[in-house]
Amino acid sequence: MTFIIAALLVWIGLWALNVGLARWLPERSARIVVPVVFGLTLVLVVELLVTGLDVPFVILPKPSEMFAKLITSRAMLWQDFAQTILKGALSGYLMGCGAALLVAFLASRSDFLRRGLLPLGNFVAALPVVGLAPIMVMWFGFGWESKAAIVVSMCFFPMLVNSVQGLAATNAIERDLFKTYAATPVQQLGLLRLPAAMPFILNGLKVCTPLALIGAIVAEFFGSPFFGMGFRIKTSVGTLSLDLVWAEIIVAALAGTGFFGLLLIIERSLTFWHPSQRR
Amino acid sequence: MMGWLTRSVLPVATIVAAIVLIWYVAAVPMNAKRTYMMAPDDAQISLPELVEDTWSQKKPQLPLPHQVVRELKKQATFAWIWKEKRRGYKRSLIYHTWVTLSSTLLGFALGLVLGVSLSLAIVYSRVMDLSVMPWVITSQTIPIIAIAPMIIVLMAPLGFTGLMPKGVISMYLSYFPIVIGMTKGLRSSDPILEDQMKTWSASAFQTFWLLRLPSALPFLFPAMKIGLAAALVGAVVAELPSGARAGLGARLLVFSYRSETIPMWANLVSAAILAGLLVVSFGMLERAMNRRLGFRNAAEASS
Repeated sequence: MTFIIAALLVWIGLWALNVGLARWLPERSARIVVPVVFGLTLVLVVELLVTGLDVPFVILPKPSEMFAKLITSRAMLWQDFAQTILKGALSGYLMGCGAALLVAFLASRSDFLRRGLLPLGNFVAALPVVGLAPIMVMWFGFGWESKAAIVVSMCFFPMLVNSVQGLAATNAIERDLFKTYAATPVQQLGLLRLPAAMPFILNGLKVCTPLALIGAIVAEFFGSPFFGMGFRIKTSVGTLSLDLVWAEIIVAALAGTGFFGLLLIIERSLTFWHPSQRR
Repeated sequence: MMGWLTRSVLPVATIVAAIVLIWYVAAVPMNAKRTYMMAPDDAQISLPELVEDTWSQKKPQLPLPHQVVRELKKQATFAWIWKEKRRGYKRSLIYHTWVTLSSTLLGFALGLVLGVSLSLAIVYSRVMDLSVMPWVITSQTIPIIAIAPMIIVLMAPLGFTGLMPKGVISMYLSYFPIVIGMTKGLRSSDPILEDQMKTWSASAFQTFWLLRLPSALPFLFPAMKIGLAAALVGAVVAELPSGARAGLGARLLVFSYRSETIPMWANLVSAAILAGLLVVSFGMLERAMNRRLGFRNAAEASS
């Protein structure tokens, strides 16, 4: 009972702190401090509630147990991380987004191709492409190649749609100006079209980040070597070692958030001129 | 009319035709291995024979479109409606599509409620905006499949099995676009009109109901379309680790273990048809609503 009351007190106290912080801190630091405090509050409250309500380990381990597992089995987690995220997700992400960019460049040169690809791309982007995972495992085997392949097919169309839209985002006046300056097509691409397309391209990259993680992990449910995050989650749920499952989830979340943060930093430095980045 | 045909239909048709052509050509080398495996050692296989065999195998690496269509016709029966206990019950694609659709719709409805209420809290409370918004974005970088078995384990002792856990997983994917779109929409009302509401001494609720909500709707609908597609992905993915017997995802798993490729593709195609139907019917709803609000098209609505 004391734990439950403590949880309640922690919740009220830290929420009040957040209200104060949101009001008194300057904008920039509030944007970092307030969400961190909120996250800590959640972890603390869950810890206290799980202890207080005697939630069995097989339903929800304590956050402290999850973090302990994260540290004690870091070698195994690193192996899974390298297999699934570095080899599967990241290589597929780079290949898929790169290929989509190349096709988008082609499409920006030909109106016919653009008109054909855009509606199709929009349609495919709405499909559950992740269903191709078992087929990719069949084609490319149990290794990381099949994971990369499904990530490529999941990322390609959302990225294509965004980049095609971006490369078409210049207006006639700007293009006329470049023509007046006798700019070569390469100059026009590098100095006008590509910078104008950057916000769209980065948006596509952001959309594809969680897709890549989902694709790489889902594909492991259809076949994998004896390591990898999807494999580990599947087998650990079976043996009820839930702290390990949660440790994997924390790793996946950290990887996803870290990569997303990296994209945000790149976005801020590349498209500082865009209205959405102004303060 | 002619302009419309050459400007929109012709390019799409060309690309589709090109894809089908590549598909048929690619099937030959992809399925050839099996042809050579089945043939006697010293057999000479001529090209026409090779093509004919690769286009008509029973378990090809890459099934051909005509095989998939034939399989779809065979499996898409309504037989389960009147003879539930017969074998047709479990084989009917329409039945499994319905199972997936029902958890998609449940998840989407949950996601809509969660998304809209979160965005209301975010727009009207600065603390919520600062503390919750970054975590909403973080939640999407956690791959859902990692959580899916956990949600099913967590919810089973609480008495939720079957549809509900799958719905929650769909919700997890579909609430995100709705929060983002609705928040943007609620903040998009014209400042001049907000001043006008103040001049008329409108209450906070009146400002919300008469100004903010209508101006948020054009943002909400595209977000809902994305959310619906995401809910379908969630429903398919949720059926993988849950040990579900019915639904497109569960069938996909079964067929992949048996490496029955043609039913696998038929399954995928019906998932695609389902997604297409959902998006198209939602688009019609959106257009009707825009007309009712007095916008002529989506571009005007969100400007």
